Amino acid sequence: MAISRRKFLGWMGAAGLGATVGKSAHAASNKHFEGYPDSPGVLHDIVRCVGCRSCEAACNSVNQLPPPEQSFKDLTVLDRKRRTDAKTYTVVNRFETESGGNAPIFVKNQCNHCLEPACASACFVHAFTKTKEGAVIYDESVCVGCRYCMIACPFEIPTYEYDKALTPRVMKCTLCHPRLLEGKLPGCVEVCPTEALTFGRREDLLNIARERIRRQPDRYIDQIYGENEMGGTSWLYIAGTPFRELGKREDLGLTPAPALTAGALGAVPIVVGLWPVLLTGIYAVSQRKDKIAREEQSEAIADAVAASKEDAAAELKKVLAMKEKEKETAINMAVKKALEEAAKAQEEEAAKAQEEEAAEPPQDDPESKPTEEDS
Amino acid sequence: MSDTKATTGGSLFTPFNMVAGLILLVGGAITVLRFTGGLGAVTNLSDYNPWGLWIGFDLLVGVALAAGGYVTSAACYIFGLKRFHSAVRPAILTGFLGYALVVFALHYDVGRPWRLPYPFIVQPGTTSVLFEVGACVALYLTVLFVEYSTAPLEWLGFKRARNLVVKLTLVLTIFGVVLSTLHQSSLGALYLIAPSKLHPLWYSSYLPVYFFISSIIAGMSMVIFEGTMSHKYFHDKMDEAHLKEADGVVLGFGKAAAFLLFGYFVIKLVGLAVDNNWHHLATGWGLWFLVEMLGFVLLPCYLYAVGTRDKNIKMIRRTSLIAVLGIVLNRLNISLVAFNYHLPSSERYFPHWMEIAISLFIVTIGVLVFRFVVTRMPILYEHPDYKDAH
Ligand code: SF4
Ligand code: SF4
Repeated sequence: MAISRRKFLGWMGAAGLGATVGKSAHAASNKHFEGYPDSPGVLHDIVRCVGCRSCEAACNSVNQLPPPEQSFKDLTVLDRKRRTDAKTYTVVNRFETESGGNAPIFVKNQCNHCLEPACASACFVHAFTKTKEGAVIYDESVCVGCRYCMIACPFEIPTYEYDKALTPRVMKCTLCHPRLLEGKLPGCVEVCPTEALTFGRREDLLNIARERIRRQPDRYIDQIYGENEMGGTSWLYIAGTPFRELGKREDLGLTPAPALTAGALGAVPIVVGLWPVLLTGIYAVSQRKDKIAREEQSEAIADAVAASKEDAAAELKKVLAMKEKEKETAINMAVKKALEEAAKAQEEEAAKAQEEEAAEPPQDDPESKPTEEDS
Repeated sequence: MSDTKATTGGSLFTPFNMVAGLILLVGGAITVLRFTGGLGAVTNLSDYNPWGLWIGFDLLVGVALAAGGYVTSAACYIFGLKRFHSAVRPAILTGFLGYALVVFALHYDVGRPWRLPYPFIVQPGTTSVLFEVGACVALYLTVLFVEYSTAPLEWLGFKRARNLVVKLTLVLTIFGVVLSTLHQSSLGALYLIAPSKLHPLWYSSYLPVYFFISSIIAGMSMVIFEGTMSHKYFHDKMDEAHLKEADGVVLGFGKAAAFLLFGYFVIKLVGLAVDNNWHHLATGWGLWFLVEMLGFVLLPCYLYAVGTRDKNIKMIRRTSLIAVLGIVLNRLNISLVAFNYHLPSSERYFPHWMEIAISLFIVTIGVLVFRFVVTRMPILYEHPDYKDAH
């Protein structure tokens, strides 16, 4: 099996997103996007940097950023480590390392303008664009301010205007994109007095860097930082000491940021496609189970009802029979009684006739009635 | 708030109401501060720590704990476990409230909240996991609203509309499960893009799976936990069916949660093995990781299992609290504790008291609205007019 899991997920991602959004498919594929051909970049030669902070001053002025608290001439700023912030797109830091003989080493830091930027792939309004001029630029007019780009950036570059209530922006170096469009150099590159910064085609810069390393192997370590880190960046660095001692992380890996989430995004169409089918299936099964249960139940009920009906019928018959019998006896009795009464009446009548014949009138009745009325 | 009066039958100044009122007051004041002074005025967020408590707790924990809605309705309507029926409505209500509050809380956290619809109406960033989260949460909130709407419709007496919604139950449930699967897991996937910032013990390419599975556990445990609370405070509102089925719900979800917790523990180990992160266990971070894994995954797993075996309702109910706390711990570990683990302690984040106050404020609103609804609408009992409808 030559296919790695990541690659497989990457394919799934490409297939999935390709199906849903078409043109952004490349962002989720694991195809190595090398950036625009001929796109420019900047090479920072850390060995040549003298820590004068001219680049910081130039950046501040060309980007019309607010004036700093301490003047750019004040080099005591270098005594503490600084990072980019909402008012500062670039900072120079001083390092003293054992392997460098404790001599001061100055390192400039700013947005690396990744070939496949994490920030751009993370933004859910697509506020970042990697332009063919190499710059990763930000569109303030759509930004929601979720700050996921800041979570995503492996170089911890984007910053936020936390003190603005209504119009906070993400702030980061633009590689002086507006100046590039005018054919000018980025502010920092233009002003650097020691040529520690070189602007040019990224391909050419890589060659220059290799050449310097080859010519002076005692001054440079054999590594170009940014050549492959997370898919490569437009800014490249060479130095005389290991980069991890200069505040640059060497554990970022080679996987470009979009590939890290491609698998998860690729699962979307699978879930959307499979879940409803599966769930409906489960529903059908459970319904069927229910139905069978219900049928069994109703059969049982029907049986029970039928059985009880039979019982009831038998009972009824018995009752009816009994009733019939009772009725019969009742009738018989009634008839007997009637006959008896009739016979009695006849006898009485016969007796009466005999008494009348004897001419003796009855006396008790008329007397007893008034007494009853009184009481 | 008007609802505080009606429910306590008389005095407005119960201790609960006073505390809630105080929180609301403080929250209101901080709200003003937040929208006049910016995030910087009320939070400890920084350029290194762009996400704080409002994402870690309000979003991540909030969404996980609101999973009871889809879990319960799926159990009842899709898996056909009818004995969960009386638990569906309260779970849907908490789900709906939970998601509504998550979205509400996001308005505090993002820089320009009025632009929250931009990703969908202005310019979609489809390569972003956050886009998926946003889209699914927005859609799911709508689904939950429709599912929940049967209760107010019955309350208001709109029979026809209510019956229409009931007819849609199955479709809504399936839709809810699909959307929940997607966004529960993609909340974990949010962190996939930052392997260099999240400690390796918590970072894994399985993060989406972890988040999804643990959301089911969270949902079940929340249903049990919240049922316990409701029994305590709204017992008089429950009908016979609810009371009769309550123990069955506890046992059923307790058992399922025990299995899931065990499975979750196993896939966490698989994640460790795949990335070969065992050596990290011997560090301080490893100790903290073990606290989470043993104390808040294995322990509730065991207690749930014993509880269901012995049919010990009380034990299961107590365990649900441990499980819920475990979810809280896990989400906070990933978003705050183990995130930026490489930074010196001076650059690490700890929430500002006002961030905590706003989170409390939002939880309080949730509790008050819940109380308002269950004391009025047919949530814990069935509406007498619709009893035969199931
Ligand atoms: S360095 Fe950071 S901010 Fe700059 S392009 Fe790369 S990911 Fe974006
Ligand atoms: S803060 Fe703005 S630019 Fe950054 S990801 Fe969010 S919407 Fe995009």
